[in-house]
Order: sequence, then C-alpha cells, then structure tokens
Amino acid sequence: MAASNLKCRECKAEYPLEALYVCERCFGPLEVAYDHSRLTDGGVGELRRRIQGGPQNIWRYADFLPLAGGPPGPSGRLASRVGLPAGCTPLVRADRLAQRLGLNEVWVKNDAANPTHSFKDRVVAVAAARARELGYQTIACASTGNLANSVAAHGAALGLESYVFIPADLEEQKVLATGVYGTRLVAVKGNYDDVNRLCTELSAEREWAFVNINLRPYYAEGSKTLAFEIAEQLGWELPDRCVVPIASGSLFTKVAKGFAEWRELGLVSGELPRMSGAQAEGCNPVASAYAAGHDVCRPVKPNTIAKSLAIGNPADGPYALEEARRSGGSIDAVSDEEIRQGIALLAQTTGIFTETAGGVTTAVLAKLAERGEIDPAERVVLVITGEGLKTLDAVRGTFETHTIEPSVEQFETQVESALQTAAEGNVLAGNGALVSTGARS
Amino acid sequence: MAVTVKIPTQLRTAAEGASEAQLEGATVQEVLDGLFERFGELRTRISDDDGGLRRFVNVYLSGEDIRFLDGLQTPVSDGAELTILPAVAGG
Repeated sequence: MAASNLKCRECKAEYPLEALYVCERCFGPLEVAYDHSRLTDGGVGELRRRIQGGPQNIWRYADFLPLAGGPPGPSGRLASRVGLPAGCTPLVRADRLAQRLGLNEVWVKNDAANPTHSFKDRVVAVAAARARELGYQTIACASTGNLANSVAAHGAALGLESYVFIPADLEEQKVLATGVYGTRLVAVKGNYDDVNRLCTELSAEREWAFVNINLRPYYAEGSKTLAFEIAEQLGWELPDRCVVPIASGSLFTKVAKGFAEWRELGLVSGELPRMSGAQAEGCNPVASAYAAGHDVCRPVKPNTIAKSLAIGNPADGPYALEEARRSGGSIDAVSDEEIRQGIALLAQTTGIFTETAGGVTTAVLAKLAERGEIDPAERVVLVITGEGLKTLDAVRGTFETHTIEPSVEQFETQVESALQTAAEGNVLAGNGALVSTGARS
Repeated sequence: MAVTVKIPTQLRTAAEGASEAQLEGATVQEVLDGLFERFGELRTRISDDDGGLRRFVNVYLSGEDIRFLDGLQTPVSDGAELTILPAVAGG
C-alpha cells in the first residue's frame, strides 16, 4: 500500500502501521504517512482514469487510504462493494441559497446521503476495514451520535461485534438509530468529553478497535475522501472556499489535507481553498481561540443544541487553528437560534434537511456572506455532514400546521384565508415571505 | 496526602511498566513533581519546556479535567485519583 508508516505530527517520530495513536516520546497524535512517489508514474491522466474507473464509493480513492490489502472485498467485480460502502454523495449546485446570500456560486456537499446519514460512514469504513486487517473482532467508539450510528451499522455489516458509548442525554433519534443494529449500547452519565475519557481508559484495557481512539490515525484519513469527491465532482478543480463544521477539528483538517495531497500530485491545480470553520456558540473552544489569536484551545463545558459538535476539549483544535490561518480562512460560532435559522435556510432554498451541525455550517456561511468576507466571485462549498431527521427537536414548533376536517369549505376558510392574511401581513412588513407563494397558487 | 496517579499505557515504558503510582503532595503540581522524581523520563514526555503540560496531555482529578479547576495548582485531597491521558479526537 501507499501508506508507509505512522508518524508523530509533533516530533516526527515514526511507528509501524498498527493500532497506535499517541507518540510515546511527546504524546503528540500519530498520523499516517504515505509514499505517493510512484502513483503518477503513468501520468496524471492515467491516475485520474483509474480513480474514475473505481467503484462508486470511497474505495475509488484506495490509493490514498491506509489499507494494506487495498479496497476490502473478495475479488473482481465484487471488490470493494462489501460491508457498508460510504461516499460518492451528491454535490448540489445551490443557486437559490447563493442568491439569498448575495453570492455567485455555492455548492452543497450533502453527506447526509451516506448509509447511516452522516459523513461518519467515511471514517468508520476505513477504520473498520483496517481493524479487520489488524485482526480485531470488536469495534467500538465514543460518540456524540452520528459515529454511534455508523459504528453499530458497520459492525453489523461486517459481522464484527461492537460497543458504542454515548452521552446519556443524546437525542432519541440517534439512540434509536444505533440500537437497531444490534450493538452493545452504553449510555454514560456525563458529556461527550466524559465518555471520551472513559473510552480512552478502556481502550488500554480491552482488545477492541476503538475507531476514534486507538484506530484514530486510520479513521481520520477517511475524511480526506470528502475533499477528493468535491474536487472530482467539480471536474478536477478546487473550490475557492470550504465551510466545514468543527467538533474535534479532525474533519476540518483532513478535508484540507485531502485537497493538499491531490494538488501536490498534480491531480488538481490552483490555489488551495480557504478553510472556514463553523462551531456553535454553546461549544466554541476553537472559534474563541481563533478570535483571541491563541494557538491552543481552552476546554469548555458544552451547552448547545448542536450535540454532534459538542466536544469541549477538541484534540485537533490546534491544527484546525493553524489550517484556518494558513489558508486565509476563518472560524466562527453561531447561536442556537442562528442554527435553527440555518437549518430552515438550507431546507427552504435547497430542499436539503440537515441536522443541527449543518445548521451551524449554513449559519456560518450566511454570517460570512453578511460580513462581506466572501468575494462574490468565489466558488464556495458548504459541507453538510448529517441528516435532519436525527435532530427533529431543532425544528419542532418552528412552523404552523393547519389541521382541518376533510372539507373544501374548511380548507378555504381556515387555510387559504389564513395564508392570505399572513401573506398580506408580510407584504406590509416588507419581508419577502416564505408563505407568500403558497397563498396564491 | 496520599494520591494515586494512573499512568497511561503509552507512558509505562518510562515508568518501569507501572500502571499506577502512590505519591504524596498537596497540589497536582507537587504530585507530578513526585512522579517525575520517581520516574525521571516522564518529565520530558508530558511537560513542556516551561514546566507546563504539553498540549496533548490531559490530567483529570477524580474525573474532572484540571483545566476546569486550578490547573497544576489544584489542591488534591487524601485518597484522590489523578489520571493522565492523551487527548483524543472525537465524533
């Protein structure tokens, strides 16, 4: 495989490609290092064609992922279609959203279209495949919800046992969509950082592959496939800016790494995109460090509706800060109310219903546009990491349902007249109402 | 004050294989100083040049991150448990 070893991101010490994640010398995080020198031997065109000829999932990028045996699967046509293949999610041009924000070109990368409806299937597919290569029988995770769904589902698909640890106050939808896969679900009385601490201790005591702890170097690499897909779907071009949510900071930094790897190989050209990070005000350790000019993050106790981003002690925070500054990007935080508005804005301009994390990302894009930070000529990609059906509480009570008897008269008197009145009210108030079109047709 | 310090697997090679150590001290700093006296190599592994903790080192006093308390100056009581763990990315 192209992966050559694990390397400490801080002190550069090298380690073999095993279930290791921390440098013994300096405690820094380990990352997968690659030797890509032979990949373009046949020219960039051939490498592009090989990628395009690959399966319609992340394994088309197997050359850039840390698996010894290449894509998982038996052989031939069935290769890399086993398990729960992730990726190849739609990149949708969002002209109505762009228009609303006064921008020219906005694309939505809709990663809710993964098997368990979040980007986590990318990272879990890689970590679970690597866990199998390393001989593990059990996969596990500490999760804010989306990872829980994904680990449970991938365990089921691959026939691996799984343990999933979640904070006890998680959204019911995420709990139900985990337990259904037959995992061993453990609800921990505490927040995500407590769950994470418990699992870090357990990972030393059990022979399990904790996908985001001892398998983390492999897991994190899966996020690069988001960048690869965006570039490929744009016709082998780079966007000018990506707006990406930040929880631990891993996704944010790995998306940037994906673009950088491809640019270095000549698969894409031009400037690397500005990386704009998005957090919730109720859990903003990276955004506040960015604003204060710090290069490390002070942990916080999360209190936000964006639970999938509620990591108060973000391990990759320092690298997210570096990346935002290096790329000329930004990191912003938005309030819970802005998150709800972000969910509605995306839904009502693109038809895509995202969970709270996508509300955070959309609201941050809106904020950047409002501040005039985005050049109208920029090609912007908004990364939507998860599905709205998982966080229904966020939209409950935000719109009106008209309940009537099955009678035309009631429809006319109670629905049409109410909508008419509302539309007139909106015209009087001077806002381009969302209900106005419905009242006329 | 007798305090138990739990040592993560990644540091046990520098602690003669010990998974925990009993130490005396009135603050987290004093306990860690005692730990470094016993296992000299641990100091460079988890402390930075200024004597603080490296940025990827988390220390918990009975489950609470000491950065939410008084950091290295946090007082420790008799029988307390101090856990050293690496920072881990999440999801």
